Amino acid sequence: MHKLLTDNPGQKMLMLGNEAIARGAIEAGAAFTASYPGTPSSEISLNFFQMSKESDLYFEYSINEKVSVEVTAAAANCGVRSMCVMKHVGMNVAADALMTLAYIGIKGGMVILTADDPFMFSSQNEQDNRYYAKLAGLPLLEPSSVAEAKEMTKFAFELSETLGEPVILRTTTRINHSTGVVELGEIKAPVTKGEFIRDPMRCVTVPAVSRGLHVKLLANLAKAEEIACTSPLNKVEGTGTFGVIVNGVSHSYVKDGLADLDATKRVKILRMGFANPLPKNLVHDFIKGCEKVLIVEEGEPFMEEAVKAVAQENGLTLPIGGKGEGLFSRLYEFDPKMVRNILASYFELAPVASQSVDLAGVPDIPNRPPNLCAGCSHRATFYAVKKATEGMDVMFPSDIGCYTLGFMPPLSTGDFVLCMGASTGTSAGFSTVTDKKVISFVGDSTFFHSGLMGLMNAVFNKHNFTLVILDNRVTAMTGHQPNPGVDMDEMGFTGYNAIDIEGLVRAAGVKHVSVIRPYNLKKSAKTIKEAVDFNGVSVVIAKEKCTLYAKSLKQLTDKKFQVDPEKCKNHRDCIDTIACPAFTVENGRVRIIQDMCAGCSICAQICPENAIVPVKK
Amino acid sequence: MDTKRLIIVAVGGQGNLLASHVLGEAALIQGIPVHMSEIHGMAQRGGVVESSIVFGDAESTIISNGEADVFVSFEPSEALRALGRCKKETVTITNLSPLPPFTVALGKGVYPEIDTVTTLLAEKTMRLIAFDAVKLAEEAGNALSVNMVLLGALIQTGVLPITSEAICEAIATKTKKAFVETNLKAFELGFAEAEKH
Repeated sequence: MHKLLTDNPGQKMLMLGNEAIARGAIEAGAAFTASYPGTPSSEISLNFFQMSKESDLYFEYSINEKVSVEVTAAAANCGVRSMCVMKHVGMNVAADALMTLAYIGIKGGMVILTADDPFMFSSQNEQDNRYYAKLAGLPLLEPSSVAEAKEMTKFAFELSETLGEPVILRTTTRINHSTGVVELGEIKAPVTKGEFIRDPMRCVTVPAVSRGLHVKLLANLAKAEEIACTSPLNKVEGTGTFGVIVNGVSHSYVKDGLADLDATKRVKILRMGFANPLPKNLVHDFIKGCEKVLIVEEGEPFMEEAVKAVAQENGLTLPIGGKGEGLFSRLYEFDPKMVRNILASYFELAPVASQSVDLAGVPDIPNRPPNLCAGCSHRATFYAVKKATEGMDVMFPSDIGCYTLGFMPPLSTGDFVLCMGASTGTSAGFSTVTDKKVISFVGDSTFFHSGLMGLMNAVFNKHNFTLVILDNRVTAMTGHQPNPGVDMDEMGFTGYNAIDIEGLVRAAGVKHVSVIRPYNLKKSAKTIKEAVDFNGVSVVIAKEKCTLYAKSLKQLTDKKFQVDPEKCKNHRDCIDTIACPAFTVENGRVRIIQDMCAGCSICAQICPENAIVPVKK
Repeated sequence: MDTKRLIIVAVGGQGNLLASHVLGEAALIQGIPVHMSEIHGMAQRGGVVESSIVFGDAESTIISNGEADVFVSFEPSEALRALGRCKKETVTITNLSPLPPFTVALGKGVYPEIDTVTTLLAEKTMRLIAFDAVKLAEEAGNALSVNMVLLGALIQTGVLPITSEAICEAIATKTKKAFVETNLKAFELGFAEAEKH
């Protein structure tokens, strides 16, 4: 049985934040879940997916975040408790559905999880999605710990039903990917079937209806503020004439910092777990007795601006600090020492002395950047594209996935990366205003997510570029999730269809479509050259399973390659042109690390001396 | 309860996350409060993987520079890269078997001499336990049990409030059945090795 389905209330379990959130949904009786995978939220979806195979829970990997909100909103409008899960930038894709769903509302509890990524550990930006709650007019909950993430998820369903609105549950990477001890609660039996009651004056958002719905939304927000004012999620801790207002993971840094500074009786804390709409009366009560207040929040001054407005409305003139010189940054994530030091300087407390080692004399350590895996077919495709376009003035718009890593030398096949699916749209613009030949890259999952529309746009508007679809048969970057092109039988699941990318591209009107097997470099380069020479939109589908995925399916042969030292003349083309991590240089000579070699053979194909040969058994 | 902070650095694929998980389970067995954090995602494609584990009453799940009580590196050059995590009182453990990053093969950096690594670590932190953990892992019967060897050395230092018994129970119940025996052996070898340093 899946560990998150354990029906043993009171049992303590070590859980990842994402597991705690998934468990919270199970305890709340969530019956319908959907997601497009994205780090740092991926494990929530993965656990839903696994549990859906052995329980009544419905889960789907939706084609993108917007669709995941739509399917979930429909289920919730039939009274079924529902949840959809995405990373922060996914909310941008889902925003169209989100904004008007706030007008319509829901019947069964609906929770929308957004996982923000301060410091951009695995994201293209560090946008602060709390503003989506404000923009949409929806309640916002933010846990401060792993254990609380479970409890808050449960509460989010209750709150959603009380208000008749979806609730945004916002985490940051340090909640999603922290681990802590969680106590299991009771599992509420899920209600999997609902009923849709026709109500066009609530559900059909023509202007005349929406004008009334906006009034309803504002009334709901006022009710939410009342609840937030007395909610235990907004709690005051400690005593003193100084005040800290804090959200999310920073709460633990503030608590540890004040303990280290011996200041728990001088500085009191208002921990905001339910921060939109801002509970103005509660904030006023907290700050009115304070000499000065510090707002501790990663990201933007979301609470700071709201708290300052409360002070202004109430004629309070105490200093309120947050972001700024000598205070907190809007950049990246916080850490305990940073928070402690700023607490000490802002409140003029005796600081804790730094004990850091002196790093004088420590040499620069060579970088260890992430790299395409040994045997990754993207490397072969990139090499073939570069071979096919030697001497040409080319540029490479790329997209979001493992293949983004191709931007690094020596492959250097990524010149512009914007957001999911943008390879197709940006290619149209670049090819129109420059004389370069534009060759862009998109992965299979990203193509389905949002690349197809840009391709159809290009066909309609008669653009001129070559799109290479890197079809590695799975959503690889986030950990081998399904997408609409995946062979689900092979993955071990029945009851799915698969969409053929080649048929889809042809149906979209692309006149020049070819399919390559990238490990065959010569043939691939020739086919790519033909596509590049075509005037108009051409598509090359590079079809080869992700090596790690093939390995997990036990489909990799145990073929390995080695360098024949007799033949090797040390040109190092193998290292300098494809940068496979299975290669190393020892005592000036090239060697292939056997444990890492995946047997793809592309190094053997490019060696000018034919010095790379299969290992004989 | 006193707070003890542990940083583990490794290269993706070396089993750092499993070692952290075993430590967390051992803390749960002993009823010791534990908070952990790790970085997933892009960092896993051959990059550095760092875990922080905080035992005791503190609530933070991450550890600032200069605040690790004990520091374990699965790879010698990574020990130097992460040295800023340490303070003078830090107990440091490092595997001495190198995994040079690919940038070295490309000529974009020089891998440090092992002697430089050990000299600097010994000079700047309180106690250094440095040995070839791969060799001991092979001796235990599985080259991939480097993580368990280093866990053995870590527990021997006595910095953490975690007992060998709890670790062994966690290994027995939370690692793959086929590897339990070699994992336990690797743990013992690492523990015994640390006694010599």
